Amino acid sequence: MKHKSFFWFVLPSALAMLLFIFLPIISVIIQSLHVDHEQVIRTVETCDLFGCKQSTTIDQEATAALREAKPLGQFAGVRTYLDRNHLAVDEVKSTWDGSKGWREFGSQMLNLPFYKAISFTLAFTFVVTPLVIILGFIIAVAVNSATRKIRGPLIFFSLLPMMITPLVGALILFWMVDARGVIGIALQHLAGNPELSVKASTPLMWIMLMVYGVWHSAPFAFIVYYAGLQTVSQDTLEAARVDGASRWLQIRHVVIPHLLPLTTFIALMQLMDNFRVFEPIVSFAASAHATSLSWAIFNDLGGETRQLSSAAATSVLTILGVAILLMPVLVRTWREFDRK
Amino acid sequence: MPSKAQRQPATVTALVIAILAIWMALAAIPFLWTLWGSFKVEGDFFSKADWLNALSGKLTQVETGGRFTGDGYYGAWVQEEFWRAAWNSVVVCFFVVTISLTLGTLGGYALARSTYRYAFWFLLAALIFRAMPPITLVSGYLPVFFQWNLWGHTATTIVVLVAINQPFTLWMLHSFFKNIPAELDESAMVDGCTRFQAFRHVIIPVMWPGVITTGLFSFLLAYNDFAVTTMLLSSENQTMIPKVASFLGTTQTKGNVMFAVSSVVSVTAPLFLMILFFQRQIVSGLTAGAVKG
Repeated sequence: MKHKSFFWFVLPSALAMLLFIFLPIISVIIQSLHVDHEQVIRTVETCDLFGCKQSTTIDQEATAALREAKPLGQFAGVRTYLDRNHLAVDEVKSTWDGSKGWREFGSQMLNLPFYKAISFTLAFTFVVTPLVIILGFIIAVAVNSATRKIRGPLIFFSLLPMMITPLVGALILFWMVDARGVIGIALQHLAGNPELSVKASTPLMWIMLMVYGVWHSAPFAFIVYYAGLQTVSQDTLEAARVDGASRWLQIRHVVIPHLLPLTTFIALMQLMDNFRVFEPIVSFAASAHATSLSWAIFNDLGGETRQLSSAAATSVLTILGVAILLMPVLVRTWREFDRK
Repeated sequence: MPSKAQRQPATVTALVIAILAIWMALAAIPFLWTLWGSFKVEGDFFSKADWLNALSGKLTQVETGGRFTGDGYYGAWVQEEFWRAAWNSVVVCFFVVTISLTLGTLGGYALARSTYRYAFWFLLAALIFRAMPPITLVSGYLPVFFQWNLWGHTATTIVVLVAINQPFTLWMLHSFFKNIPAELDESAMVDGCTRFQAFRHVIIPVMWPGVITTGLFSFLLAYNDFAVTTMLLSSENQTMIPKVASFLGTTQTKGNVMFAVSSVVSVTAPLFLMILFFQRQIVSGLTAGAVKG
């Protein structure tokens, strides 16, 4: 394809991505280095019968004028990154010096918003991703050995948890595990504790969020594996069978090696998607027990006072996290292209 | 393959049936439960006394006189004006899907046909953009949108969703176009067509299966989005998902959880129909990236 026609064909979508993905990233970085202007304070001296008093007022006009002139705010360097809501350098240092063991240090760190968010995000990502792969594989093998006639309906229902809006899917599960919901009551009976409530317990909440994550993403792994299973060479399987391989050995030595490239694909997609975990935390109203990086940004942006600089700093840190996660994919894609 | 099934030992068959039964229960029952419960009153949907009430609707009988009630739906759709959010969702999804596909087919076609190195760089950049959590971009939009008075409008949100959608759309259509033999449009160009004419008369007629599949996923992205729509739309322009979320904040305390339950069911219904009619396309779309490389 000629350079010129290529240029005109990709121009609209390139422009869309440049304006609304690339520039916002730059804007986020700049924003994170600035903080809001302080309000302009004016000292007024008022004198009356009892003497003169000095009082301070906020000069609304001057403040507005300053904000108008420099809408970005004042330059602050990396100050926002180091404050208590982000990397909390001072707090970490004092906790490090003050705490006696790893356990105490860890629990102290979980009180800092950024570390609380990143620890749940990472735990979620690295617990949910392998479980999704294992469960998806088991379902794919099971569906593949079912009669052809019922496979259609099986796939239909399997798709539901994945296609459903994350916020809505999480709500549906949340209502069932509510202390008055059907699963919630069943859990109370099983534990023999009528006061048991997912909403009140941090470990239970983490487990529930992860259960939701697996429920939501397992169908994706299942569909990809199922499609992969259709292309397993029947000859190789037949040969393995003739050589006396048991069912398990066939799966172990023929099917799993065949599906291995798909596993890397699923793992990378899942790492990317699980790292942005956000909606279930809103649905489960879980923020007291578990927060994620995306939720932290959302929380800064919403509400009465929009803390744009704070949100921007968390965004930059999140983008760095994504970049680290993505490195293996990029290197792999790069090598593949070079081979071609 | 009946021959293989016959050779299957009984324990394996039992295990397969057990796994499938458990998975079907996990996948389907939450939806059926919520659908059934949405026609009850709150006391039945959340029944501390006896979970069977949720099935039989004991309190619903007492409070409304019938075993089923549409009060939740009436409250959400009429009283809280959920219809407005539903209409906004229709508008947003329609425009996002059409614009995404228009830009995406042009770009995806060029990327599939170009043999130069920069096409690869372009795709790689798109992959990196695909990995950005949308909420991180939102914090980049907000100051600018406030400054230029773009905040709150449906059109702004449509453009943003189209842009966020582009990397995915490009990748997917790129792999579909790769499967259309290049000889097809090249022979048209030998016959004297320009590149665009070849695209218009030769490629467009054969590209529909890929476009429909990609369109389904663009639709899902626009329909399911919460982070962007909730931050960028003013309350009267809200789509359905932020509206559902707003029920949680306001009405849960008023005891009108049933509004949220019925609107959740209303949001699920179109997705249900979509899977029903387009199951084959969805499956092919999910595997397009993986199996074809």
